[in-house]
Amino acid sequence: MIPKQLPPAFIMVVGAFLLPLLKGRWQKAFLLLLPVASFLNLISLPEGQSFVFDFLGYQVVLARVDRLSLVFGYIFHIISFIAFLYAIHVDNPLEHMAALVYGGCAIGAVFSGDLLSFFLFWEMLTVSSIFLIWSRETPSALAAGYRYLLVHAAGGLCLLAGILMHISESGSMNLGYLGLHNTATFLIFIGIGVNCAWPILHPWLTDSYPEATITGTIFLSAFTTKTAVYALARTFPGESSLIWIGAAMTAFPIFYAVIENDLRRVLSYSLINQVGFMVCGIGIGTQLAINGAVSHAFNDILFKALLFMSIGAVMYRTGKVNATDLGGLYKTMPLTCIFCMVGAASISAFPLFSGFVSKSMVMEAAARGDMRLVWFMLLFASAGVFHHAGIKIPFFAFFSHDSGIRTKEAPLNMLLAMGIASALCIFIGSYPAPLYSILPYEANYVPYTPYHVLAQTQLLFYSSLAFTLLILSGIYPAEIRAINLDFDWFYRKGGRLLLTFSGKVLNGVNELSERVIVGKIVRGIARFTADGVARVVLIPMVSFWALRGQKGPRLEMKKRNLYNAIMKGGLPVGLGIGFATVLIILLFFLRQG
Amino acid sequence: MKEERTEEKQYLFDKPENVKRLFRFYYASLVVLLIIEFFIHKHATFPWEEWPGFYAVFGFVACVALVLAAKYILRPLVKREENYYDS
Repeated sequence: MIPKQLPPAFIMVVGAFLLPLLKGRWQKAFLLLLPVASFLNLISLPEGQSFVFDFLGYQVVLARVDRLSLVFGYIFHIISFIAFLYAIHVDNPLEHMAALVYGGCAIGAVFSGDLLSFFLFWEMLTVSSIFLIWSRETPSALAAGYRYLLVHAAGGLCLLAGILMHISESGSMNLGYLGLHNTATFLIFIGIGVNCAWPILHPWLTDSYPEATITGTIFLSAFTTKTAVYALARTFPGESSLIWIGAAMTAFPIFYAVIENDLRRVLSYSLINQVGFMVCGIGIGTQLAINGAVSHAFNDILFKALLFMSIGAVMYRTGKVNATDLGGLYKTMPLTCIFCMVGAASISAFPLFSGFVSKSMVMEAAARGDMRLVWFMLLFASAGVFHHAGIKIPFFAFFSHDSGIRTKEAPLNMLLAMGIASALCIFIGSYPAPLYSILPYEANYVPYTPYHVLAQTQLLFYSSLAFTLLILSGIYPAEIRAINLDFDWFYRKGGRLLLTFSGKVLNGVNELSERVIVGKIVRGIARFTADGVARVVLIPMVSFWALRGQKGPRLEMKKRNLYNAIMKGGLPVGLGIGFATVLIILLFFLRQG
Repeated sequence: MKEERTEEKQYLFDKPENVKRLFRFYYASLVVLLIIEFFIHKHATFPWEEWPGFYAVFGFVACVALVLAAKYILRPLVKREENYYDS
């Protein structure tokens, strides 16, 4: 059967391999066309459509279209287009190919209907995204890329082990609700958690995203973590441990974000913080909470990309990304500054900006479930995210002390990409109905009540008051050129420790072996094989001669003659037979004994 | 656009009076936010949401606590030289 439509991942992934066949303008046009064509294919797929193949007796559901998958499918296409527009000036076909495969596989993963194809797309996410980090071509990017690869390989193996165990236990490859109930599902849970950047498992993200290329980070910020959010919403909705994991994710990164100097790393921490809201919503598991988590993923992809794009534009023009080196750029990059502030307002959930209409759903779901501590943690994180992403990012890059840098406004393609993202953030924030209409469950949530608007505005304004007063009083921690340790210490320093340890221990073992085996045992064997036979022969013969009463120099001479005869192979036949006979007799008596 | 270009490239916030104007507007809106709370119907879920100025106080206290904790607890624990991992 030839399907009338193509599986959602098909156009981007296959397009990636056609890209190098084109050159110059055609290549760039093709790059922008692919997400559009793929999107048109996607909207032509009716809900419930699936693409099924028989593979080794298993039904492989390469794609299955339902509402949850569609939300992620839509936003992945939108952000692909925006990010390619932003990256269109880059003349590195390999990087574009990697981004296409990466986006295509993210789309493939959210539409997979079975665990096997899901796993394949999931692993391809890691493999393709690594090139977006390595394309930066700095030693630190190379090293961060290797660490990224190792962490994801470990997470992927964990997931694979869980999937294989699950298939053999349940006999089903279906990708649907799993629930946390045995070792297999626990392994899957952890495998997804690595990509989701759960606390302790998270440092791959803050380690590698700030090291990627300016344009690569936009793709990275969108796909890996959101695919993991999708996977959790698909397989573990309502798993109560996710509430606490999510709440922890919202809270701890903001402390780091306050003291971090690299602005892209600040954004990486706030990325974890925002994913925390989604994970928490999935853990709560009510229809409102799942809707909140999914719509927040949708919005976060847009405003986080917008923030990364604006800081990326600053980096592109100035070559700097540390808060200590920047400041006063509103003077020369006014449009980028405005786009950054739109992103900042959206992530902070200002009324009329996109974060407001989605984050509040998760908060409301926590409140309706009477989860008081969780609610307070989320509220704290809401104030904190405004503090570090909403104020710190625009303030230190574009205002603060004047760094004296006078540069040009961002290139047109970057401005257009940021403009589209900004427009979407404001549109969704002001008119959320279209977003609500594509959510997995019916959304009758009303974000804009006077009280809710007032409460949120108060929260944000008084958070900013805290920032203002702390800055004016000089208490606000000065940005310092330094790095802050995180859990990656355990494998970055731990790895080195392991190397030193194994160097000491294994090299010690090596030296000991050299001394004992090579120096003693081998030499012993060599010496034995040199004249061992002669010596063995001498033992019975000397005893025999001694019995016959021979002594002194005559015995010595006989011994020497026999030894020389054996070593030279000049043993008379008779003597050999005699010796053999003696040996046989000896053996006979030994056995008797 | 925000900038006002003149011969000496004077930008928006290079003029102290503009900064002063911004701050005046900012402080005024802080006060207004507290006042209009009394004219709005609250549909609170938790009892503490009924307290006047709950969100304002929470936002302020949370952020001060956040910054102080980050500065005086987290930073001394985790701050290292920039080339810490390279050495």
